[in-house]
Amino acid sequence: MGMTITEKIIARAAGKRVIGPGDNVWVEVDILLTHDVCGPGTIGVFEREFGTTAKVWDKSKIVIIPDHYIFTADQKAHRNVDTLRTFVKEQDMPYFYDPGTHQYKGVCHVALPEEGHVRPGEVIFGTDSHTCTHGAMGAFATGIGNTDAGFIMGAGKLLIKVPKSMRFQVHGSVPPYIMGKDIILKIIGDIGFDGASYCAMEFTGEAIHQLSIEERMTICNMAIEAGAKSGIIEPDEKTFKYVRSRTNKPFEAVYSDPDAVYESDHTYDAATFEPCVAEPHVPSNYALARERNHIQLDRAYIGSCTGGKITDFMAAARILKGQKVTIPTFLVPATVEVAEALIKTPIDGVSLVEIFAAAGCNDIAPPSCAACLGGPADTFGRTSGTEVVISTTNRNFPGRMGSKLSQIYLASPLTVAASAIRGHITDPREFM
Amino acid sequence: MKVIRGTVYVLKDDIDTDQIIPAEFLNLVPTIPEEYAKLGSHALCGLPAGYPPFVKPGAIKAEYPIIIAGRNFGCGSSREHAPVCLGAAGVKAVVAESYARIFFRNAVATGEIYPFETPLRLCDLFKTGDQMEIHVEKSQLINQSSGKSYTLKDLGAVAPVVEAGGIFPYARKAGIIK
Repeated sequence: MGMTITEKIIARAAGKRVIGPGDNVWVEVDILLTHDVCGPGTIGVFEREFGTTAKVWDKSKIVIIPDHYIFTADQKAHRNVDTLRTFVKEQDMPYFYDPGTHQYKGVCHVALPEEGHVRPGEVIFGTDSHTCTHGAMGAFATGIGNTDAGFIMGAGKLLIKVPKSMRFQVHGSVPPYIMGKDIILKIIGDIGFDGASYCAMEFTGEAIHQLSIEERMTICNMAIEAGAKSGIIEPDEKTFKYVRSRTNKPFEAVYSDPDAVYESDHTYDAATFEPCVAEPHVPSNYALARERNHIQLDRAYIGSCTGGKITDFMAAARILKGQKVTIPTFLVPATVEVAEALIKTPIDGVSLVEIFAAAGCNDIAPPSCAACLGGPADTFGRTSGTEVVISTTNRNFPGRMGSKLSQIYLASPLTVAASAIRGHITDPREFM
Repeated sequence: MKVIRGTVYVLKDDIDTDQIIPAEFLNLVPTIPEEYAKLGSHALCGLPAGYPPFVKPGAIKAEYPIIIAGRNFGCGSSREHAPVCLGAAGVKAVVAESYARIFFRNAVATGEIYPFETPLRLCDLFKTGDQMEIHVEKSQLINQSSGKSYTLKDLGAVAPVVEAGGIFPYARKAGIIK
């Protein structure tokens, strides 16, 4: 009997030839990712359990990317980054992207692949639920807590249960008005907020492989929003090109066997997708953008690991070029690389930065998680009252962007940009 | 025999980690004792209006050792602050129809709370303030006022890990690590 890509990656990391869903196995870890919110607690666990003079299991496999609370006056947030700095120095760790230096990157899930730490066939754990993003490059990647991360830091391995795999096949050709966000919001709407609990979501079909790596990241990023353990896409030439341009480290790509067994199969025709939103307060509250024109908005937000990549800003700029926004529009590039690309990337000879300025968007913020998850009171773009927000981020829980009274609608960058122009939820086809 | 006894706090479906502990409190580090206690004082303060405060204003701990919930409890973020703040607030057990995977794992790894699952939708049968007791080894929940008993799903291998105080103390006790 064949195995899925997920089962094959886990089998290899466990040193076994055959495994199946439900098996509990110890896997060797290729990358452990942490950040400023969970890193200090992970270090706390590591030092408590392994001793304050213990050395990490492999400093070349731990990547620390502070990104959550960077541009804030909050003293504890600064203390937490200092905790990371001290630890990295003590342990002499090579992969620390320190805020306030040229090494600073921004949002960890966009920076991790940018810096070449994501490679097909590898096992990645991160102290952040959106670690599932990295399945976009054919890796097994999932989120864990501080205690498990502290264990990995000392031992380099983790006991995990092999997930069942659910297969989502998207056939046909992706229409220009449809983005990865529309695809994943539709899937989550169909299977529900806990529809993939404990499972691996494998996305396949020619429409998925038509998408850029960044768009695939959007899809895998939100696998957790259906409760999944991981999201994954088999690597292809685009994957190899992306990874090869960022790292020389060898890797071995893994693919699902033709006779692999899936828990369930879900088939879509890309042409049938429509621009959509997820209404408050769960990402599975699917609705068509064109049927929500009556929802008046106070704010538009483009940013985060889900919706703050260069492709997201290019999509928004295509809509905003020559237009004016009518509501405050917040732009937060995920990383320094994205921020620089906004200056360098032109559409018809005009840079994205100029397009956004001409459209009347707010000044572009420095890269970080910013208001995607609320954060300290002085966080850029954080809601403080009853704001109705349309956002390219991944969660619309009560209070997610700061205020419990605000309402968050999740959408693609195309839909957010179109809605920013009209001031109410708008199907981007009106501007295409 | 281990018995958890006291007042229950009742929640419905999809209680996410931002409601359990809003992001503004993630600057607190769970392994620092005074910040661990502070996390407890903020437990469930992200619930929308209409819920009674889980921790009374000015208090450090809650009066509810047991939470009853619906489906998908603890969905969202991987923040370990979520099970930690519940444990720090004095919660001993959550009884939910189902859990989000990372929350369940974090609850066990930290040993902060017993994450019981119930085959019956108890969150529609009980209300906040009811008096209950849980017999941990028997996986049994008893309504103290009616005397009625409900069988919960067996925690299996999870129970001794929580009992030991998490994976590290358990692994030491079991001889898995030194």
